[in-house]
This record gives sequence, C-alpha cells and structure tokens, in this order.
Amino acid sequence: MECPEEKPIIYTMENKPIVTCECGDQALFTSLYTTLAQQLPREPMEWRRTYGRAPKMIHLEANFVQFKEELLPKEGNKALLTFPFLHIYWTDCCDTEAYKGSVKDDMMRWQNSLRTHGSADWVIIVVENNETKKKNKTNILPRSSIIDKIRSDFCNKQNDRCVVLSEPLKDSSRSQESWSSLLLKLRTLLLMSFTKNLGRFEDDMRTLREKRTQPGWSFCDYFMVQEELAFVFEMLQQFEDALVQYDELDALFTQYVLNFGAGDTAKWLGSFCAPVRCWNGLLLRRPIDMEKRDLIQKGEASLLDLRSYLFSRQCTLLIFLQRPWEVTQRALELLHNCVQELRLLEVSVLEGALDCWVFLSCLEVLHRIEGCCDPAQLAANCSHTVGLWAYATDKLKSLGELCGLVSEKGPTSEDLNRTVDLLAGLGDERPETVNSLQSPYKKLKEALSSVEAFERHYLLRKSPCRWASCSPDAAPVPPVHSLGSLWRRPGGGAGTALPHAPPCALTTARRQHSLRRRAKQRDSGTLERAQRLSHSGTVEFTQSTNSPSSNGTPALDLDEIHDRSPTDNSLNSTGVICKNTHLLIRRHNSSSPSETPNGASPLVMKEEAQMLTVQDVTLHPGINSIKLKAPSADPGTYTLRQLCATLGQVQFILPHVYPSVRYEVYSQEPQLTVEPLEEPLLAGLPQFVKFTLLTGHYTVKKGDALQLSNTESMPILPSATVSAKISNTAGELVGEQVLSIQSSEKVTSISLPPAAPYHSLVFQLEVLCMIPSGAERPPNERLTNGEVRHRPRSYSHPDTLMAAIDQRTLCSKHSLFCLWEVRWTEELPPSLHCLFSAHFSPLNQELSTSKPFHYSFQLERVTTLYSVKAEIVPPTGEPHCRCGLLCALEVHITRLSEAAEGELIEENKSETDGPKTTKLMYEGKNQEKLNISCIADSSSNWAVCGRSSGMVLMPLSPNATHKVQIEVMPLFAGHLPFPKIKVLKYLPHSAATAIQPDPDSCVENDSLSLLDKSLDDQADTASIRSRGSVHSVGSSSDPAVSSSHQQRALNMPRLEPFSPGQVFNHSLTQQVLVLPASDDHIMEVNAT
Amino acid sequence: MAVCIAVIAKENYPLYIRSVPTQNELKFHYTVHTSLDVVEEKISAVGKSIGDQRELYLGLLYPTEDYKVYGYVTNSKVKFVIVVDSSNTSLRDNEIRSMFRKLHNSFTDVMCNPFHNPGDPIQSKTFDGIVSGMMVQTA
Repeated sequence: MECPEEKPIIYTMENKPIVTCECGDQALFTSLYTTLAQQLPREPMEWRRTYGRAPKMIHLEANFVQFKEELLPKEGNKALLTFPFLHIYWTDCCDTEAYKGSVKDDMMRWQNSLRTHGSADWVIIVVENNETKKKNKTNILPRSSIIDKIRSDFCNKQNDRCVVLSEPLKDSSRSQESWSSLLLKLRTLLLMSFTKNLGRFEDDMRTLREKRTQPGWSFCDYFMVQEELAFVFEMLQQFEDALVQYDELDALFTQYVLNFGAGDTAKWLGSFCAPVRCWNGLLLRRPIDMEKRDLIQKGEASLLDLRSYLFSRQCTLLIFLQRPWEVTQRALELLHNCVQELRLLEVSVLEGALDCWVFLSCLEVLHRIEGCCDPAQLAANCSHTVGLWAYATDKLKSLGELCGLVSEKGPTSEDLNRTVDLLAGLGDERPETVNSLQSPYKKLKEALSSVEAFERHYLLRKSPCRWASCSPDAAPVPPVHSLGSLWRRPGGGAGTALPHAPPCALTTARRQHSLRRRAKQRDSGTLERAQRLSHSGTVEFTQSTNSPSSNGTPALDLDEIHDRSPTDNSLNSTGVICKNTHLLIRRHNSSSPSETPNGASPLVMKEEAQMLTVQDVTLHPGINSIKLKAPSADPGTYTLRQLCATLGQVQFILPHVYPSVRYEVYSQEPQLTVEPLEEPLLAGLPQFVKFTLLTGHYTVKKGDALQLSNTESMPILPSATVSAKISNTAGELVGEQVLSIQSSEKVTSISLPPAAPYHSLVFQLEVLCMIPSGAERPPNERLTNGEVRHRPRSYSHPDTLMAAIDQRTLCSKHSLFCLWEVRWTEELPPSLHCLFSAHFSPLNQELSTSKPFHYSFQLERVTTLYSVKAEIVPPTGEPHCRCGLLCALEVHITRLSEAAEGELIEENKSETDGPKTTKLMYEGKNQEKLNISCIADSSSNWAVCGRSSGMVLMPLSPNATHKVQIEVMPLFAGHLPFPKIKVLKYLPHSAATAIQPDPDSCVENDSLSLLDKSLDDQADTASIRSRGSVHSVGSSSDPAVSSSHQQRALNMPRLEPFSPGQVFNHSLTQQVLVLPASDDHIMEVNAT
Repeated sequence: MAVCIAVIAKENYPLYIRSVPTQNELKFHYTVHTSLDVVEEKISAVGKSIGDQRELYLGLLYPTEDYKVYGYVTNSKVKFVIVVDSSNTSLRDNEIRSMFRKLHNSFTDVMCNPFHNPGDPIQSKTFDGIVSGMMVQTA
C-alpha cells in the first residue's frame, strides 16, 4: 500500500479514485488486495447523472490505501483528486469476545473520525474464513450473530453498509458468489459517493462562477477549481466531460478578452497583459504541463501560457477520445485567436516573436498528430492538417523576410541582431525533445541560422501544402502579378465538370426562385417598416477623423437596438450602439506590423491631452524612483500609456507601460452624516449621536463653523467638552481637538478645527430625541434649547416602582412627552397597574400651591393563546353555498403557546376529566339575543341548526388543534360574512370555589344559562343584566350588583371570556359567496 | 463588416469583386481564388449524400490570421465569398448568413433584369449599393 506523504502529484491517467481501508489485520487485506483491484473494474456500472445528463456506463477502478486521519479532507479543502471517496473497514473477527473487547472500539474510533469529517461513505466488510471458524470451534457463535451485532451497532437503517465476504481465497461457488456481491456493493457505493461529492463540488463551483462580477474574483482561482473537476472526470475515464470543463473555461476566458475590447476591463486580466517574453510554442508531449499550471495557479501566467496550457489539456483529452482531426482544427483556430487576442489586449510583443510561436506550435501539433496516427490515416486526412502546414510555411516565410534570409544580399547586421533576439525568446529546448533530431525547436533554430538552411526548410515545408501553392503569402515570389492571369485557372476546376444547362432554362428557374425570395422579403419589409414607425426620431452621426491617413481607421459600425418587453412586445427603449468601439476609441497603430517594410514598426509617441513631466532627473544605477506630479484639473480616470525619456536630442520611448498605471482624479463636496451610536434611537432619553464631517475638496480653515439648525424633534443638548477626531482617508488618526459649541434659539454653531481636504472630522453630541408631534399643534411652537437646559433627570427606584421627573414649563397647547422604561428582574406579571401623578401650577404662582393630577392606567401583557380558523364547506355536490341549504361550518381551534404559569395552576386545580386539558367553550352565534357580548350585529345572515355551542377539551401542548363542525344555513344570497364565533373559557363547578372571585367572572355566569337553545327564554333577562355588568368592568361603578352575582356564580360552572388579544380569529372579516335558491323561486316571483 | 465580397460564376471566373482597402486588391483576389478550392471540396462532399436539400451556406471556408473567409453557393453553382477582418469579433455566424441572404436576393434581382446577360460581369448599381452597405466604409 502506498502512502502519499508528499505533496499530491497530479497525474490523471495513473490516478484512481482513492478508497481507504482500515483493518485490524494487515495481512488479511494484503491477501485480498490483488483480487479486489483486478476484479473491481471488470464490469461496468451505469452512472446516472444529475442535471439531466445522459447516464453512462463506467468501469470503476480504485486505489486502495491505508486509512489515515490526514487523508480525510479538512474544512474548506476543495481538492477532489485526493478526496477519499469510500472508506472500508475490514475485519475477520468472528469471536464475540474479541469483537466486544477490541474490534468494536476500533470500529467506533474509525466511525467517529469519519463522522467528524462529515464523511458518510463507508462500508464494513466482514471476512469469513473456515479456518478461523474451525480454530475457535469451541466458543464460536452462529456466524450471523457477529454480523448482526455489527449491523445493530453501526448500521442502523443502513443494512447495506455491512457486507460479508466468505472464504475469499477458496475457489468455491460460494466464495465467487460472495465476491461478486461484494464487488457489486462496492461499485454501487462508489458511484453513490461520486454522484454526491461531485454534485456538491459542482454546485460550489457554480456559485463561485456566479460571483465573477464581484471585484475580488480571479479567473485563475476559478480555473483551478474547474480544472479539479476535469481531473476527476479524466480519472473516471469520462474524457468527454473533462473536455467540457476545459471548453467552458476557454469560452469564459475568450468572453472576458472580448469584453476587454469593448472597454469592460476585469482586474485580473491585468496579469495576462504582461509583455510576451517567451515564445517557445505549444507543448503537447506532456499530459499535464506542470510549469504552466503553476504559473496559472500563482496568477503569473501570460496569455500565451494560459492558452498553451488550456490547449495542451484539450489536445490530450481529444486524443484520448480518438479525435485527432479535431485537434488540428482547434489548433488553427487557437493560433489565429491568440494572435488576435494579443492584439486586442495591446500586449507588447517583439516583432516576429509571434511568428516563431505560431511556427513552433504548428509543428508541435502536427508532430503530436503524427505520433498517434499511422501514415495511411494521415495521408487520407491531409485536408485536416494542410491548414497547419500552410500556416507554418506562412510564418516561416515572414520570419525569413524579417531576418533578411530571403533577400539576395543576405542578412544585414540589423537582421542578425533581430534573429538573436528571437532565438533568445525560444529559451532552452524542452527535455522531451532534446534527443529527437526533428524537433520543431531544432528546425526553427536551424532555419534561422543561414540563408541556405532557410531555403531548404522552407521548400520542405512548402511541399505538403495544397492551398499554399496558390496563396500569395506562401510563395517567396508571387507567381502571378496581374488580376487577369490569376483567374485563368488551369483545368477550370468545378466549372468544367458541370453540365451546361441551356441559358433560358436557367433564367426561368432563377425567376421562380426570385419570386419566392421576393415574397419573403416583402414580409420582412413590412415588419421593418413597422419597427421604424414606432420611433420616428432621426439619429445623425458625424464621424470626424483627425488623422490625416484615414485608410487604416475603421468605419463606425453602428447598429440599431430595440429593447422590447418580453410580455407584450412593446418597445421599451431604442438606441444606437457602436459595435466596434474598441477599434475606434483606441487609435490604431498607424501601420500594422505586417505592412511595414522590414518589419520594424516605428515607435510613435502618441499625442495625448495630458503629459506628466519631470525634468532634470539623475538616473542612478539600479532601480530609480521618480515622482511625477499630475495636474488634477478634471475628474476622471487617467491611464499612463507611454513613457518617454528625452536626453538632449535623443528620445527613448516605451510604447506600452506595463503593468498599466492608473490614477483617478475625483472631487468630492463636503459631507455631513449624522448617525446614532446605537440603533435605534430611543425617544426621550439623552443619547449620543455621531457626527461625521468629510471635508471633501474643502480645506477647513480656522474660524470655520458648522451651523446646525435646531429641530424640535431632536434638540442638541449642551455638554461640557466635545472633542473631534481628525483622520485622513486611510483612517489614520491625525489629530484631536476640542470643539467649542454655541447654541442659540435657532442654531447651534460648532467651530471647527482646521483640517486638510479629504479628511474626516468625527465628534459626538448629546441629543434628546422627541416623539414627533401631532399635526394639530401650531407649528410655531417650539421647544427651545433654553427650556431643555435643565436636563430632565429621572430617578428610578426599583423597589417602589416609582419614577419622578423634574419640573417642566408648559405653554398652552403644548404637549410634553415622558418616557419610561420598565424593567422586571423576575417574571413579567400579566397586568401592571400604573399611576401617573403630576403637580401643576401656573407659572406665576408659588410651587407650593400646585394642584395634583392623577391618571391611572393599566398595562396588560397579552399573548395569543388560541387561533380560531373557520371554514364554510358547501353541501356535497355543490360548488358554492346556496341560500336555504345546510352548509358545514368547520372551526379549527389551535393552541399557539405553552400554558402560562398562572393558567397552568388554575387548570390543574380545575381539572376533573384528565390531566392537562383546558376546556373551551365555543358558540356559533346566529341571533341577536344570544349575543351576550356588547357587539351589536343587526344582520343575522345565518341560521344555526342543531347545537350552536359546545365544549372542547384542549390539550395544553402547543399546536394542539381541535376541529368542530356546526351546521349552518345561509338565509340570504350574496357575499355573506362568516357567522360569529366566540370562544370562552369554561370553568367547571368545583373550580369556581377554589378561585378567588374576580369582578369579571360574574359576566359569564349568566352566559352559561344560554348555552343551550332550550334555555333561550331564560336568557333574556340574564343577558340584560350581564350587559350591565360588562360595562361595569371598566369602571367598577356598581359593586353591589356584581357582588350579588358573585354569590350566585360561585355555585355554578362559569364561562369566562379571554382577555382581548388572547384569541385570534382568522376568519373575522371573511366572506363566503352564497348563491340564491334554485330556479323555481324565480318562477314563483313571475307568477305573483 | 466585410472587407471583400466576391461573386464567382459557376465556371470559376469572377462576376463581381469588390474590396476595401483598394490598394490591396490583388491580395483579396488571391484569397478569394484560393478559397474556391475549399468551396469545391465542400460541394463535392455534400453531393455524396443524395436527396437532402443542400444548405447553400458553406460556413467558414478557411481562417487566416487576419481574415476569415466565408462561402455560399447558389443552386446554379454561383459562388459568393465574403472576407471579414478577424479582429471584428462582433460578427457572428448569423450575421454572415444574413449577409449572404441579402447578397443572394440582390443577385437574383440582377439576374431577373431582362437586359442582363447571364455570365456577364455584374454592373448593376443596385447590387453595388447593397454590397457597399455590407462593406467596411472607408471614410
């Protein structure tokens, strides 16, 4: 067994999914290992995939390693390759004693470590051997018991996690059977684990991709994540899936480069704009180019590095997939694309370097393809390779021109210099090809070495090119010089092969064709016109070209856009966009490299609106740091594009400054923000509020003051010393200074300490927040600073529950707010009696003559105990309720909360039927006279049939629900409100004596008598009396009446209403549609 | 947009070629000329499978570093070739298709002209206008 101690090496072909094994007896596993590793991949399994991907047959292989705690993935570790997909515990224990003694503990420890790492993919394998059985014959138990024990100990509910392998080393049918069932089990579990873990990984990856618009996102990081997935697919031999991952990465990157062209720059793209320093071509001989991968991982890869790496991976996978011709096609696309992308990103490249890169890459791809195909195949598919050959020839030719190898006089010293530069960028030859004589590297080096060698190589290259023979670039001397000679093609091509059709037949056919075409065009024409009608404004563009040579400037590529709403296809907006801004806004190099003679593009100092200059600079050996001063006239973002050093008459120009340097000029107005120190601001209490003053572009001079107009809702309280902290933009504290504050009636003036621009001043002031006044108050009344100067101090006495406030002066129609906070150390009582008393006297009189004012009120604690939900069910077979037909009224009563302390005691005392139930009374109200509550309901829309009230036993546990059904009959048609439902508390007879009589209880005594309809007559008088007593609750004005009731009440079971808010009625205002009675009713009307 | 648009007769001689910039005309003529080989190859490949309605649009004939060449063949084997600058990334396959369709429509109109002799170089002003609309305008 291997132990991957060192850094995990990534090599996917050799990699297999990791399965860890833990076993008491190492020898046991070693004996089985070979068979297991051989047998596992023998049969394919169907792998069902998520996201609607087609299921696949997959041959599973595994790398069995010793279980180690370090192998388990740590939190946040996203590595998938080193992820153990399955954990196996092997045991051959068949002795109960041994199992109890050590094996069980060992398993426990194993399970625990798995659980702490959140791994749920495990299996226990019990190996059965006859020898071991015989040896311990004496104290052996029936075989099943050990397995049953393990199953009951570890695999509750998952019996499939424990497998028996019997006599694995024997060649019996039983042994084979158990082998095959074990293998099947392992395959199933492995696949389950793959599906789960890969699914999770993919989800994480998608989340990461969605974040790509966020500023800190890095393509390289994402690349590594998605590549991990590709590696795993490759490991599972799912090359198609792996290739998809790389293609997605490819597309994502391409999109970003295109966006860059359109002016949308992602920050991470900066590293890919690094100047090209190495052009050693693609490397397709390694399955994974670790050097380049490391560069990408570190975020240091250049565009060519990334592209090369991506392509080498795609190529490897395509060759696995037996699609070599796609490699050639993609290679050509890639090479063209890279050249374009480098141009688009304005990456500075040495003249000819790209030609070298392309040449080497072409040859590398061709070599790779030749390596995996036989010559006959290659010849048959030459149409796929010819493009690459032509491109390579093309590049070799342009290199030859660049290095003076095709000129008659031979290379000049300038040409030689250039050659040396180009060769330097090739670097050393890769170790893979050092020994081969025909490596692209050697070929290029040799070709550039002399005129003769170049000619030989060039002609060699040229021969396989089919198209190249007539391509103007490919031939060293173009064979044709005039347009006329070009079109005299020998043989006539396809033209001669075609049978000559009589001209008239041709024209008729054409006419018919054109008619069809026209009809089509007319359709689209009307559409277009309709579009144009909707917006009749004209857009005019004048393109002014300020460059004298306008040949190279591309024309504006404008497009109309119509943004239509997807629902009704109405025009939301319309406009004109310029599609080729990237070409227009950036001025093209006045000459593209291929057109300039001898290839040397002249360095042009671009004229820009702004230049940062510094003079009289002394340069020292080594790194010099020079400070440039930037004028900051207009706000905006400035990018430094070129560097120019002038020494006397000599100018040195660096055409591109890399990495790109930017600075931003902005101007900010002074800002003041006021925010409370702690949310939310409490009314009535003096609190501190933070004032933050950003100076912006303004310099705070000595004597500057901040004036705050006082508002009546938040007056600023005077405080002794207020100091302001001055800090700069970086948040560093610069200074601290005491402020002087002066308040007048309207304004508070704060003198500010001097502060530099773009600094912040932070200070705190004490304010008193008032509850905003009502609208009826005259607006000119103000609570001025002068009055609040006596700060209200509030004393609180926790023992006496008394609070006092200092004196205040009040004006006419003035309202004053006082705020208290009541704190309870223990349980909050259900209700709290409060008494507010104040002494008042007119201003001109003595304090001693003040009169008292008392106001008492009560604070109630309310929790909703029950919720009542009613529903009206139309009679069976009817979609709606019908007038005069019986409907069912279903009432659901749900207990919402735990019984409160007081209630519980009460219940326990009152309990007669069983423990922990509350009796509830419900009543369906249909008539006025039954309605004992003081709510007047004139309309009785419903007739209650059968019992209108009843008793419910409610368990005290929360969410206990009770359902009651009452028969009701609508009396009218239309949208009727639901019948009234009232829920009352029922206190049985025995309980009444035990409870302290309270004044409220008497009310419900009477209602008891109304419980049944038969008692209706009696009710009349009682309800009147009860109404009186309802009123008496609040005022308790008539103690005599209530006490007389009390006497009677004590002997009878009572009904007690819940205090307001304790019962919530969901269907209070609901209505139900009632249809009029059947048609014969109308007939009747007609008759009368 | 396009840098060169060409109409080639079925006997492989040009009926119409226009290109911008004009000073590099020879180069474009070569490009179009060489692309005919690919056109031929593509047509013969399609012809083998009998019965199916042939797609007139041939797609990308061959890309070069600077240009992309697209082809289109009418039912009477007249070839249209459009050369596009490869730095123009905003042009998608769909746009190229619609350009060809436009070109074909206009070409049909030219052929419908009773005074036009099929096989003669195209001198129609309308056709010229359509082509100019598809080309890169030189200021």
